Amino acid sequence: MEALIDIALIPILKVVVVVFGFAMAIGTVLTWVERKQSAFIQRRVGPNRANLGPITAFGLLHLVADGIKMILKEDIIPDGSNKVLHMMAPALGLLPVMIIFAIVPFMDFYCHGTNVVIDGMDYCFAEGGIGAGVVRLDELANPLYNPRLGHYFQIADLQAGLLYMFAVTGVSVYGAAIAGWASNSKFSLMGGLRASAQMISYEISMGLSLAGLLMIYATIDVNDIVREQGDLLFGFLPAWGIFMQPVAFVLFLTASIAESKRAPFDMPEAESELVAGYFTEYSSMKFAVFSLGEFVAVVFIAAITATLFLGGWHVPWLYADGFHFGFDAWTGGAATTTAEAVSAYAAANPPDLALPYPLVVFLRIGAFITKTILLCFLQLQLRWTLPRFRYDQVMHLGWKVLLPISLLNLVVTAFFVLI
Amino acid sequence: MSVEVKSVERPKRNFWEQTYIPEIIKGLGVTLGHFFGVVARPKKNIFTVSYPDVKRDYPDRFRGKHRLMLREDGQVRCVACMCCSTVCPANCIHITAAEHDDPNIEKYPEVFVIDHLRCIVCGLCVEACPCDAIRMDTGTHCEPFTDRNKAFLDRDLLMQLGAHSAAEQGGRYSA
Repeated sequence: MEALIDIALIPILKVVVVVFGFAMAIGTVLTWVERKQSAFIQRRVGPNRANLGPITAFGLLHLVADGIKMILKEDIIPDGSNKVLHMMAPALGLLPVMIIFAIVPFMDFYCHGTNVVIDGMDYCFAEGGIGAGVVRLDELANPLYNPRLGHYFQIADLQAGLLYMFAVTGVSVYGAAIAGWASNSKFSLMGGLRASAQMISYEISMGLSLAGLLMIYATIDVNDIVREQGDLLFGFLPAWGIFMQPVAFVLFLTASIAESKRAPFDMPEAESELVAGYFTEYSSMKFAVFSLGEFVAVVFIAAITATLFLGGWHVPWLYADGFHFGFDAWTGGAATTTAEAVSAYAAANPPDLALPYPLVVFLRIGAFITKTILLCFLQLQLRWTLPRFRYDQVMHLGWKVLLPISLLNLVVTAFFVLI
Repeated sequence: MSVEVKSVERPKRNFWEQTYIPEIIKGLGVTLGHFFGVVARPKKNIFTVSYPDVKRDYPDRFRGKHRLMLREDGQVRCVACMCCSTVCPANCIHITAAEHDDPNIEKYPEVFVIDHLRCIVCGLCVEACPCDAIRMDTGTHCEPFTDRNKAFLDRDLLMQLGAHSAAEQGGRYSA
């Protein structure tokens, strides 16, 4: 029974909560946020008419109204289109951005035991204290060896998390490309082609900008990357990706906004040129699925940027047993050490502000969600701040600017990692 | 003859402007300023008037829906002189004159219809009227309608909006 809960019930619950309760929910609300935010930036009121009697909830009911409207609209399949592909394309557009949430880590592994913080890393010991004898620190932080690291706050704890991310973002362009091809419309075809071209151009600098980060943290497990970011730089600054790799942060954010096909890189849609680009010929819920997919992609970009560059679930200076403002240097060895050394170190470095572990878990999940929401906000703000690029400028930026800079960043990082 | 060429110096961008990043941050500063300005003090910073709920005060000389003014005994002041329908550039006033029983009053409008689908709200009818019989000072708009017949405002409806006018019939004004 317990096995059934572990292998079936909890994963399904995680999928429901993360994909539908987090990604889709934020994505849906973002459609409202975008309208309201753009209105406020332009000193307008924004949506405020939909109501249930006196309740308007700041225009939030427009979400419901839009949903009902979309369902009731006629679903048009244009003549001469490839009907099967035309039907499939919205699903192919939404599916990748949903399954990609499998690797987003909301919190570290839950520790069923005693937490010890050594020089900016959390380690988990068995119940009943640290004990005596030889301990392997790398095993204490690794769920493969440490049974006390039970449930993880992530749908799938993939060792190759980032590779999975690249694989799925690579596939995500199929929805747009197929939609453009299957619609039997010149505008759609242009949009689909542009989507493919843009995807290929920016996927490269996106990958290369992360390569520097991978060299520093020496892992592609996203949870491990976040754990590494708990370290302190110069004894006070959290070792977040944005401080370790500021150039990569800008490159990655730019490339991933370009990948999400939103303004200022909205070439595949290009309202002013291509009507609506690859989904010109879509109506009803199929249209809604495309636009929802776009907003869920915004949420994903925010989540993964928070994970890789803003310390993921880390609250600055908060560790498993409370706030630590600085540590003594750890001299007990990198992998193997004695339990006595660990106890001595823990006794010499009590938390500056002790907090109960469940509260820490709560704060960390809250920190991750806050960071994600702030980055979503930043993306929408950028969309309403910057003018659109021209198509050739997008290609120029991708191939002649971002790619060389990311290569240079990689070389410089490699040099620093070496010495 | 040689062509005179005036070379215009192009504005130079320095390194930081070419990277765009400080400029983007400045731009974000502007939009965030607007955004939080509105969030903090919406009343002051939003200029939109939510029209049907909130109405802006119109100036005194605002030209709105027409009305027909009345005599002291409640009859229509209009003497069916056709000045307004003649001057109307949109040809939207239709009057059928009829003989009045009172020998002091020559004619009165048996039919007086303003076609609001054609009216361009220019106010020339008011200027032309010698009797202060038609005015556009109701301060209201013509309502939207789905039935075309509702767009034809007839005499009785216009008179309902009207009021007693103190002007002396014929144009001279007495207080």
